[in-house]
Amino acid sequence: MMNLPSSLPVTMKIPFCALLALLIPLAQAEALAPDVLVKSITEEVVAILKRDKDIQSGDTKKVADLIDTKIVPHFDFIRMTRIAMGRNWRLASPDQQKNLAGEFKTLLVRTYSTALSNFRDQQIDYKPLRAKPEDTEVTVKSDVKQSGSSQPVSIDYEMEKTPDGWKVYDVKVGGVSLVTTYRDTFASEVRDRGVDGLIKSLVEKNRQPERPKAGKT
Amino acid sequence: MTKAKKLCAALLLAGTLAGCATSGGNPADPLEPFNRAMFSFNDAADVAVIKPVAKAYRAVVPGILRTGVSNFFSNLDDVWISVNDVLQGKFQQGLEDFGRVLFNSTWGIAGIFDAASDVGMQKHNEDFGQTLGSWGFGSGAYLVLPILGPSTIRDGFGLLLDTRADLVFQIDGVPVHNSLYATRAISNRANLLDASSVIDSAALDKYSFVRDAWLQRRRNLVYDGDPPREKEEPDDEPAK
Repeated sequence: MMNLPSSLPVTMKIPFCALLALLIPLAQAEALAPDVLVKSITEEVVAILKRDKDIQSGDTKKVADLIDTKIVPHFDFIRMTRIAMGRNWRLASPDQQKNLAGEFKTLLVRTYSTALSNFRDQQIDYKPLRAKPEDTEVTVKSDVKQSGSSQPVSIDYEMEKTPDGWKVYDVKVGGVSLVTTYRDTFASEVRDRGVDGLIKSLVEKNRQPERPKAGKT
Repeated sequence: MTKAKKLCAALLLAGTLAGCATSGGNPADPLEPFNRAMFSFNDAADVAVIKPVAKAYRAVVPGILRTGVSNFFSNLDDVWISVNDVLQGKFQQGLEDFGRVLFNSTWGIAGIFDAASDVGMQKHNEDFGQTLGSWGFGSGAYLVLPILGPSTIRDGFGLLLDTRADLVFQIDGVPVHNSLYATRAISNRANLLDASSVIDSAALDKYSFVRDAWLQRRRNLVYDGDPPREKEEPDDEPAK
């Protein structure tokens, strides 16, 4: 009765690995090929994580700053929010759309700051990029091996070419999309409480103290 | 036995009560009211018992020993994984996974060390639910099982067979295999302590977040990490 299905742990491990998902920054890299971009940014952030003693002792504020400066500029949060909203995106006014994208960004950054401070000796392998030079949408695939776990977790970055260089619009960790996983939640919030209700829920969630349930036990 | 009966009664009651709640309308989750009730039940059991024990385990047992325990059970799993490889026609992967068992059971000292991974023999993730999926069975409705957590109708059937084939299940002596089950559960849960705190902070609605992540994950596993692209829901369509 007590044994968990072997697949359950992997699923729950996903958010933890999602920390790596947001490892994508570097401002001067705009003209780089997408896979080179992901790799160089990841390496830079990992290097900082490894030498920063404050982060290692759990300073999530500092991790959030790191994410903001190095990683966030390489994400297209408008497109991410649009995907998470699905057809409801059109119900939102331009102001609401801006608010939604802002709050969704805050939620993702907050969530993964906590995870990122746990980063240890993960090893990352990149798979060869399968794309034609003229492609404007590509998937950069990588495998992350965590210490103490023999099975690598895949992290795939869905990227699009924009005038500002390649931007990430979805990250799939072990096949689970960080963005579409929110789709049903968003849809039912909008259905029950409208777009403003969803914005309100996001604001409330973001206002909660860090790791609300951690102190419970 | 009375305990089990009480549990069943409680679950049934929870299911009935939840039946009055509104359904979220996800086509993959027609049993949502029941599932939500089961999910809360599991969550409560986790908060009350499983998580505290896992935390204590992590606090008391040194990391190297915990890895050993985790590897030991992972090695036992590899046997059934290699059988599933063969059932899915992945003969080479089956050989590799069986090779892992041989290697880890000897060089890895009864599986305590994952020596096979160190020499580049990669672990795979297979179970009978995935085998059914590879044979073309759809996943069926999403289903939250008591204590075991997220599943689907198909994967639930798969799990029945997985459990029968489980090497721990084959061991004679109820106290021995119960304590092995418990150890494995605690070890698994302890490995997930960080992950579950991330879910707590990520999810607006934990139930639907876990469900949607789980369904995507299973689909990805059935296709061995390379599922066909799903049709993206057009966002420029007017709302109904």
